[in-house]
Amino acid sequence: MSVDENIAGISNVLLYAAMAAYLFAMTAYAADLAESGKVVKARRGEPAARRAGGQRGASAGSAGSAGGRVAAPPAPPVRVPRGRRRAAAVGTSLFVLATLFHLGSVVARGLSVHRVPWGNMFEFALTGTLVVSLAYLVVVLRAHLGAPGAGRDARYLGVFVAGPVLATLGIALRTFYVEAAQLVPALDSYWLVIHVFVAILASALSTVGFSATVLQLVQEKRERSRAAGRVPGGAFMDALPSSVELERTAFRLYAVGFVMWTFTLIAGAVWAQVAWNRYWGWDSKEVWTFVIWVVYAAYLHARATRGWDGRRAAWLACAAFACILFNYLVVNIFFPGLHSYAGV
Amino acid sequence: MAHDTTRDGSHLDDLRDGYRDGGPGGAASRPAGSSRSGSAGSSTAAAPLRPGEFLRYCWRQLTSMRVALFLLMLLAVAAVPGSTFPQRGTDPAGVAQFVLDHPTAGPWLDRLQFFDVYSSVWFSAVYLLLFVSLVGCVLPRAGVHWRALRSRPPRTPARLSRLPEHREAELAADPATALGAARAALGRRFRVDVRPDGGDGASGGSVAAERGHHRESGNLLFHLSLVGLLLAVATSALFSYSGQRLVTEGESFVGTTSDWDSFESGVWADQGDIPPFALTLERMTVGFEAQQTSQIGQPRQFAADVLLTDEPGAEPRAETVRVNHPAVVDGAQVSLSGNGYALRLTYRDGAGDVVADGAVPFLPQTANYDSTGVLKVPDAVDADGEPVQVGLQGVFLPAATVGSDGAPVSGFPDLANPVLVMTAWTGDLGLDDGRPQNVYELDDSGLTRVLDDAGQPVALQMQPGDVAELPGGLGTLTFEGVQRFASFDVRYTPGQHAALAFSLLATAGLVMSLFLPRRRLWVRVVPAAGGGSRVEVAGLSRGSDAGLGDEVDGVLRRLRRELGEPVPDEAGPDEPEDGDVTPSGDAPAVGDDGDGAPRRAGRGAADAARVPGGTGTDGRPEETA
Ligand code: HEM
Repeated sequence: MSVDENIAGISNVLLYAAMAAYLFAMTAYAADLAESGKVVKARRGEPAARRAGGQRGASAGSAGSAGGRVAAPPAPPVRVPRGRRRAAAVGTSLFVLATLFHLGSVVARGLSVHRVPWGNMFEFALTGTLVVSLAYLVVVLRAHLGAPGAGRDARYLGVFVAGPVLATLGIALRTFYVEAAQLVPALDSYWLVIHVFVAILASALSTVGFSATVLQLVQEKRERSRAAGRVPGGAFMDALPSSVELERTAFRLYAVGFVMWTFTLIAGAVWAQVAWNRYWGWDSKEVWTFVIWVVYAAYLHARATRGWDGRRAAWLACAAFACILFNYLVVNIFFPGLHSYAGV
Repeated sequence: MAHDTTRDGSHLDDLRDGYRDGGPGGAASRPAGSSRSGSAGSSTAAAPLRPGEFLRYCWRQLTSMRVALFLLMLLAVAAVPGSTFPQRGTDPAGVAQFVLDHPTAGPWLDRLQFFDVYSSVWFSAVYLLLFVSLVGCVLPRAGVHWRALRSRPPRTPARLSRLPEHREAELAADPATALGAARAALGRRFRVDVRPDGGDGASGGSVAAERGHHRESGNLLFHLSLVGLLLAVATSALFSYSGQRLVTEGESFVGTTSDWDSFESGVWADQGDIPPFALTLERMTVGFEAQQTSQIGQPRQFAADVLLTDEPGAEPRAETVRVNHPAVVDGAQVSLSGNGYALRLTYRDGAGDVVADGAVPFLPQTANYDSTGVLKVPDAVDADGEPVQVGLQGVFLPAATVGSDGAPVSGFPDLANPVLVMTAWTGDLGLDDGRPQNVYELDDSGLTRVLDDAGQPVALQMQPGDVAELPGGLGTLTFEGVQRFASFDVRYTPGQHAALAFSLLATAGLVMSLFLPRRRLWVRVVPAAGGGSRVEVAGLSRGSDAGLGDEVDGVLRRLRRELGEPVPDEAGPDEPEDGDVTPSGDAPAVGDDGDGAPRRAGRGAADAARVPGGTGTDGRPEETA
């Protein structure tokens, strides 16, 4: 079957539209954060150090609790009243619009080549970022509906989702772009649908988790400096949850992500047995996926290890994310191996 | 907040301890003195150790969580060099080239097994230690867990109001009835232990309940399945074999042949294990992108039509072996690993006799199938009738064009403008001394180039159908036509199904251990001052558990319904979400962040059931924020 170049063209136009919408969404979210930071500061009509004492107690409690002790709940974050977050609402509307364009682009790409749209690095980035955006919207929607266990308003993550999504799409367009095309025979298998899609899910969850981890580490630093009686910079961060809560959010994402990585390895091995006649051969891509899996396993262990707390474990999660980036950006392009389908 | 932790911490720790009994993981929650792993060293290190003690000390260290963590990280680091250095198993030529390019570092890296990382002593040591640690850690845990599964749920704490979730209500029913209803309200998902005060429960009593004990079962299943996976992979490595064979269209080969292009096997397998099948390549079909400009020459289809005979005398069956679609013969998998051109060449020697005739495979070197091949003619005679050995080496371009540097190259992988360029050599081809030779290469040491009249090395440029004459009456070469060949990989991998089964078991265990909420609930019933009874329902989770509050609410609601008493709010969910899959970490739930804002109406109603004063939304001392 040949490539439908018209639909492929539509896919590209939709992608540009999506990127523009993401950019505006990000701006609105940033404005919201700046605004909320001010509100929080104003509402905190008490000495910073006193509050911080509570915060610190909370993180110390959770440090121990990584081993199973009861953590004191984090200091109650000051709520920014919903009605006042007009910028966040605008940001979310724009984000929904961007995601719809993005979805349209992915679907059109798939239709133009009559197959799933993840056959090369560009398409992997295109679909992976869509999953990130959808995951974010699901979290926001669940919080909005007050679903059990959904947690509080997650729109604070907006900038940190729209930003990386936009950056990834930009890089993918500039450096990995390949025209819509048929697959090489090695990829022409339904295992592509399963294995690569699970890998996309795993990468997306790990990426969102990494965003939360970075925020957690920044927040922790601010909480420490507040405890030491200083006034930490980055007032907009006051609108974000405490480091303890961020750590928990990150952990949940990594927990689901780790299961996805496990499925990626298993589905990859099954496919390798079919395509290359052996289920495991230490191909460079296999090596790095294995490394990612082991480092996340170490992270989960670290969280349960005495003397390790959410903060030290967070560095392992960062190491794991570095491995993901390396696997995607370096191994795909520079390492010889059977997995060289980047198409660039 | 901080005072809360210190005052209540040890008490709750005691309750939670049951969740982690035994295993080194449990050590994290215990007072330092009773830890199996962490403090074992500090308590013994002061005095000189006797050998037995020392060994026990080492064992405890090895099976501690910290060492497991260290070994996991070490495993990740040790795996990396296998991707940065060429590995002998997959890329022997790369290794040879690397050693040539790095005359100093190369041999050292080789001695340190950097070209055989995954079978190296150091890599093996890391994963074997890890698995010894795993078994040493998990087996005792399994024993403890087995006993825990059959023990009674833990005693009811004296002050339920200290637990993270706590509700109180006044009921009209008498204490004995209420206690029975509490048992029923907990349903079947809990392990339940009813403890009436004073025998008949007339003066109330308590119910202790626990669910999610299979979280730990999942953890054990996960770790033990990893051991199974390791054994399955070891089986694969020891008993597997693989042979590679190139077959031209129309040609056959049999499994019992000794004529493999290459063959490898595990320690406990050899060529005798290959089933006696026969394979004939009828036709090799290829397809390349020819229309879309940016993708010109990309492969689109590779398919080998073969006739397979499972054993001598059996009926042959027609199969199409494609990439991603291997054929199976008696447990061995036959897959298509490559393809290329085989040229039908005929060589007539100086006497005019046909001394070489057949399809000669030319191995592709580039994506556009610039291919190289050789024709060895050991038994020719020259124009004078003297025996002579001729070696022909050449390049085949399926779509010859002129490259950017002016040299001829192939511009497309399919046949468009086939051109063969051959050079010739004479001398001892080295076929007679019995040493194994690569049939696809010409070893030109000891050979002399055949020169043309001008003294230049001869280069015969031919198209299909052409006949070229070698100088000096050596003979003639006829390029009859072009066929294709296919390379097959025949491989037997026992243990692959076991490996898959253990991987899936491990995943199931992982999901259980990450997502099953582990909760303890208690219901206490005491006679109320003015008749009826007063109940408290409280819950505790190991780890963060957003669903705990709902579960506690649900029990209270069902308790009321059992008794036929009015339920304050019917709007809330009827049943606790059974499958509420919340990955539990080890901190309170997100919803319980004590922000003082009821998250939904149901919660507010539940609040009404509480005794006013002293406790905030979540049963904790009011936070002054
Ligand atoms: C092949 C090596 C290992 C891998 C890949 C691995 C992986 C994991 C993972 C992913 C978890 C988190 C999910 C779960 O709770 O089931 C975990 C938990 C755990 N692992 Fe391992 N593990 C390994 C070896 C070990 C060893 C050697 C020990 C003992 C020292 C150990 C003890 C534990 C314990 C106690 C937990 C539960 C922690 C908790 O209570 O939350 N593991 N492991």
